[in-house]
Amino acid sequence: MALSAQLINVFAALMLLVAFAMLAQRRVRSLIDLFACQGALLAANCAIVAWNTGLSHLYISAFITLILKVLVLPYILFRLITRLNLKSDVETLIKIPTTMLIGIMLVVFAFNLAIPISQLAGTVTRGTLGIAIAVVLLSFLMMITRRKAVPQVIGFLAMENGLFFAATSATYGMPMVVELGILLDVLVGVLILGIFFFQVREAFDSLDLKHMEKLKESDG
Amino acid sequence: MLPTVASFLSQLTQTLLVVLLAPLMAGWVNQCRAWLQNRSAPGLLQPYRVLMKLFNKDAVLAHNASPVFRCAPYIQFGCMALAASIVPIIETNLLFAPAADVIALVGIFALARVFSSLAAMDVGTSFGSLGARREMLVASLSEPALLMVFFTPLLIAKSSSLNTIVDTIAHSPFTLYPSLAFAAVAFVMVLLAENARIPVDNPATHLELTMIHEALILEYSGRHLALIEWATAIKLTTYCAIGIALFAPWGIAAGGDWQLLPGAIGALVLKLALAGAALALVETVSAKMRIFRAPEFLGMAFLLAVLGMLIYLLLGA
Repeated sequence: MALSAQLINVFAALMLLVAFAMLAQRRVRSLIDLFACQGALLAANCAIVAWNTGLSHLYISAFITLILKVLVLPYILFRLITRLNLKSDVETLIKIPTTMLIGIMLVVFAFNLAIPISQLAGTVTRGTLGIAIAVVLLSFLMMITRRKAVPQVIGFLAMENGLFFAATSATYGMPMVVELGILLDVLVGVLILGIFFFQVREAFDSLDLKHMEKLKESDG
Repeated sequence: MLPTVASFLSQLTQTLLVVLLAPLMAGWVNQCRAWLQNRSAPGLLQPYRVLMKLFNKDAVLAHNASPVFRCAPYIQFGCMALAASIVPIIETNLLFAPAADVIALVGIFALARVFSSLAAMDVGTSFGSLGARREMLVASLSEPALLMVFFTPLLIAKSSSLNTIVDTIAHSPFTLYPSLAFAAVAFVMVLLAENARIPVDNPATHLELTMIHEALILEYSGRHLALIEWATAIKLTTYCAIGIALFAPWGIAAGGDWQLLPGAIGALVLKLALAGAALALVETVSAKMRIFRAPEFLGMAFLLAVLGMLIYLLLGA
């Protein structure tokens, strides 16, 4: 196997590791660090795929990923939690060891799901498709198990990372227009959610989303 | 195949090397820790001096100590010496290797642990049974994790013999194995737990609330204590040697190649020195966990090992 193909595998494995670390992480600040880390891995992986296949548009998406997901989004999130004065640990609905076990089950499921798909694909990165699906599912699990708003948004962003990774491994990335559109959407989404956080806190005095479940006007 | 004089000699060299170097390794870890903490260390040869002192002292036994208590130190020392002779450290063609594979190796460690726990409960002091219970709590979680760690290299080499694993990884074209990286991280976590190092247990404390390993050997003295201390040092060195054999086996000579031996010994000493320094670094930067966090720590190790295996099955690397 060529060195670049081996490196793609290594970075894919590290993506999975970071996804698990995010699932296990209790502090919001470290969660953002891990998110930046995942973005850096994604950009590196994208650049190596570009180098391996000689597709120059992948260099551009690697560069945009680096700027947006390693620098801009973590910076915005950091500003947000400083302004919101969030210091406490993240509360989870399920205990973390149990979450990890569910995570393992999800990984097994994702790997099984990916085997028939990756046999159809002809790309050098087809083996990593299973890892991409696993990252999407793990981020989804993180969104489900977290109670506070900020970790849920980070889970959403991590899920987008997983989708981007899946696109890179299955078909060498999406068309440039689509990719730019998604990245812009994510950026705007984070800005809007940032404003939304302040509104939520003003209304409920907390960022705990369980308050949102009793919005009904009846029996108050 | 009849054992030849040469293979007998190489087996003897390896076993003696590990057994005699083990206290030096313990001294080196202490030295590194002292450097990192800005203390002056007691010197590299201090563990040998402690062993000499203990061997020259009389052993004191409790009145109600049974034969289990007396023979446990010898069994522990024997188990560790046997484990040290199975792991290939300078060359792969070992005389003892067909006797036990990696799974049996886990069993040997378990045997030593069972006897140390039995001996701790034998005299009937509360500290002894407290230590035995804690030891078993940690062990029951670290053993499956250790087995899981072994399964990834085992799948790569398609053999459970350490010799074959080392031969496959060291003497074939260089390949990056992401799965082995996961197994390596899990192995380090198991190593810390099994050898009573800092995030799980503090080897330098006699504080009853936190100690695990020290509580087990509280009743021992004289030559018994010396043997146990020595066995502990051999265990640490053997674990480092297993780590080197599985994850960084380059430099270990193929069986029967005598010209490569000096280079192999040099590489071994260098790698052990690095491993000891890294161990001291990990111990200095991390804080001791509460004992009830230990299951979470070891669960994490187990999970990483399983992930490594899954990734090997998916990527084939």
